[in-house]
Amino acid sequence: MQATGDQIEITLNGEPRRVPAGLTVAGLLAELGLHPGLVVVEHNREILERARLAETPVEPGDVFEVVHFVGGG
Amino acid sequence: MTTTTMQTVRDDPLVIAGRAFRSRLIVGTGKYRDNETMVRAIEASGAEMVTVAVRRVDLDRTKEEGILYHLDPERIFILPNTAGCYTAEEAVRYARLARAAGLNDWVKLEVIGDQRTLLPDVSATIEAARILVAEGFKVLAYTNEDVVTALRLEDAGCAAVMPLASPIGSGLGLVNPYYIREIKRRLSVPVIVDAGVGTASDACLTMEQGVDGVLMNTALAEARDSVAMARAMRLAVEAGRLAYLAGRMPRREVAVPSSPLTGMLDGGPSGA
Repeated sequence: MQATGDQIEITLNGEPRRVPAGLTVAGLLAELGLHPGLVVVEHNREILERARLAETPVEPGDVFEVVHFVGGG
Repeated sequence: MTTTTMQTVRDDPLVIAGRAFRSRLIVGTGKYRDNETMVRAIEASGAEMVTVAVRRVDLDRTKEEGILYHLDPERIFILPNTAGCYTAEEAVRYARLARAAGLNDWVKLEVIGDQRTLLPDVSATIEAARILVAEGFKVLAYTNEDVVTALRLEDAGCAAVMPLASPIGSGLGLVNPYYIREIKRRLSVPVIVDAGVGTASDACLTMEQGVDGVLMNTALAEARDSVAMARAMRLAVEAGRLAYLAGRMPRREVAVPSSPLTGMLDGGPSGA
């Protein structure tokens, strides 16, 4: 991670959030402490396949949904 | 005794979309008091397939774990649901997210039409089923006990149709056995009764209608002892299935004695 200090604003699970500029989605998950194998990421309404997490940059204004399986009937 | 049973009535496995299950009981994973109880209840139920929901990761409480920390998808088949969805579009979105988790391409399709009763929006369910089947999903569709909707869902290509016994979480049991039997008679795909079972006798009675399986969650999660109830449900589903296969005696509105009428001593009411 570059220590430029620049931040961008994204929307993450419905909430505005400031994150370091220059992250990939994989880097964003790492920043959040999430295991990429246990979550699914939707990026601007498109599902982001796991193989593309490390190559997809996080841009200002991006909208992310990060979901996983929880108990349900 | 077990041998005799095996010889007289042989049951086939439950086969959905080409996949065989020995257990005809499917259980949910919601609302348990803790994860350990859930895991032990699933074990006691003998279920080989469990349902899960798709929800946002709770980013503020990092200790909040996903269900896969507690369930091994190698040992138990995970059936993601679209619970909580009120439109076809929303249900399709949740199903796609579930599939992207990489476990399988099955989905328990649920499109709710009414918040109070949680009864399904059947037209939206059929619409979503068509879209998902076209995308290669194995769709197990939750629906009401209406045979016309069940037939439409089968036509749409669903791998199984899952009519309710009574509303979700109500525990009211099987309110319309006639409609459930009619759905089972008319469909070729498996019919799994989903929702409304409250206790073991409900599960047994449901299986006695000849359906292929039962799906339940609240009956286990809200029992005082979830693990004991899970075992009761396992036995009830097996008992109901066996009773169905065995074929019950006819109902008569007159008594028929079980002991011989001949060989009675003199002096009784019919005596000479």
